[in-house]
Amino acid sequence: MSVIEATGLRKVFGTTIALDGIDLRVEEGRILGLIGPNGAGKSTAINAILGLTPHQGQLRVLGSDPWAARDRLMREVAFIADVAVLPRWLRVSQALDYVAGVHPRFDRAKAEGFIAGTAIGRNSRVRDLSKGMVTQLHLALVMAIDARLLVLDEPTLGLDILYRKQFYDALLNDYFDRSRTILLTTHQVEEIQNVLTDFMFINRGRIALTCSMEEFEARYAEVTVHPERLAAARELRPLHERQVFGRSTLLFERADRGQLQQFGDVRTPGIADVFVAVIGASTPASAAGGR
Amino acid sequence: MSTGDSTAMPDSSPEPRAGGSPAPGLAVMSPIRLFYWSVRRELWENRFLYIAPLIVAAVFLLGFVIGVVHLPLSHGNASRSPAKHLLTPLDFASLVVMLTYLVVTVVYCLGALHNERSDRSILFWKSLPVSDVTTVIAKASIPMIVLPLITFAIIVVAQGIMLLASAAALWTRTPILPMWAALLYHLLTVHALYYAPFYGWLLLVSAWARRAAFLWATVPVAAVLILERLVFHTSAFAHMLLSRIGGGPAATPFPPSGNMAIQAPTLANLGAFLASPGLWTGLAVCALFLAAAVRLRRYQGPI
Repeated sequence: MSVIEATGLRKVFGTTIALDGIDLRVEEGRILGLIGPNGAGKSTAINAILGLTPHQGQLRVLGSDPWAARDRLMREVAFIADVAVLPRWLRVSQALDYVAGVHPRFDRAKAEGFIAGTAIGRNSRVRDLSKGMVTQLHLALVMAIDARLLVLDEPTLGLDILYRKQFYDALLNDYFDRSRTILLTTHQVEEIQNVLTDFMFINRGRIALTCSMEEFEARYAEVTVHPERLAAARELRPLHERQVFGRSTLLFERADRGQLQQFGDVRTPGIADVFVAVIGASTPASAAGGR
Repeated sequence: MSTGDSTAMPDSSPEPRAGGSPAPGLAVMSPIRLFYWSVRRELWENRFLYIAPLIVAAVFLLGFVIGVVHLPLSHGNASRSPAKHLLTPLDFASLVVMLTYLVVTVVYCLGALHNERSDRSILFWKSLPVSDVTTVIAKASIPMIVLPLITFAIIVVAQGIMLLASAAALWTRTPILPMWAALLYHLLTVHALYYAPFYGWLLLVSAWARRAAFLWATVPVAAVLILERLVFHTSAFAHMLLSRIGGGPAATPFPPSGNMAIQAPTLANLGAFLASPGLWTGLAVCALFLAAAVRLRRYQGPI
């Protein structure tokens, strides 16, 4: 059974269509990145998946409708909405007491182990911790929950690069295993490229591209072309073209790598570059045909 | 609590995952436990709930002790002719603590479902397996159960200290146990139950208002009062509110002054109170308000 299964997921706020009929299927053991510009519908999709907002269309998370019983779902789903949601008055010890008190799958010893590895004091209040420490605390709480699905919505917003790196390292090394599933959104696409197993571009409430990372490497190739060969390279119909230090870098989809070799070193592009190519190119078209 | 790899909690019994297929509700916390931790969380967040009445009682006691030491004559007058004074020191102590309780209640209720939205922590609370119903009931139980008991305890301790400090002057003239029984009865009937619709209304406003919760709580009430006066030339709503604030006819074995008159509440008092329609319509209205607050919380996120 899929962990998340959505068919025709739709959400309308007044006259704004936030989600325009999304089909989505996330299998167990995947780490899916939901990537899209601001207002694309990422957070709406995540809120629907977490049972925080009603929706139209079919949606099953771990086999049940999240809107029908959020509290039941949260026994098996953990989420960090963003780093700034732990209440400022909460003490670290109170956070541990409370989650241990209400969550049947919380392993307090594990959370205390994570916290012991940080500079967080047991009696500190959240308001006295630095932003990075608050994230560490929240992560320690969430990673000690034996959840089947972990949802992270911009989890590292406002953190410096060191904490962002630590965050994903901890997630991968100490938390993730093949029986868990992670769904995350972020703007720092480059940083999570090697974390993800799958990604999905979402734009104007629709899915623009779904791709696994194995498929991604086979599907997209990038080559920086010498100006003299540019015309010949363009014959191969690149998806996108950008200038780097006065030289043209061409992005190809489903092109023959052997054929591309003649123009220069062929690389696997960053997700961000493909994002710009796909979303940047599709924006006017979907604006015309999307509604 | 739990150790090692086990996630089992003392009073929860997670069933094993059957063949990897998800059994809904496989590990459950008892509703009592969820309620208990939800109430504790309220007390952590809102420490003024007990600090404010404690400070008021302490200040009062300080003043009382100074008064006993420095003004024995005036104190002696008070106990000799209680009728001339509106309130004895004991009554006054319970009155100021109870007034503090009323103020604290309003402040608490208006913030209860508002603060978690404005500081975005609602996203944290909603990430845990606690339902909106449990949360709202826990918040409603603060003015209806927790605060009456805290208030009672503080008043009893304060009056106890006053009685000890004043030696024979008040001891002999005061029917202590009936006085405390009447106090507890008053708190649990009038404040906990008869005022329930007020708490329900304030909690609903706190779930509804994006800002200026106090205005949302008061302006509509004032509007109804004014409209009724202008359109129908009546003041039924005002009378209803005043009778509600007054505690209703069935809940008044608590004389406004004079310790001597205090009688312990009887079963007949309680029976009359429980039989009064005003109590039950009030509780029904409170339940409606709370149901609306639950629904609002379910739909709402941070503001």
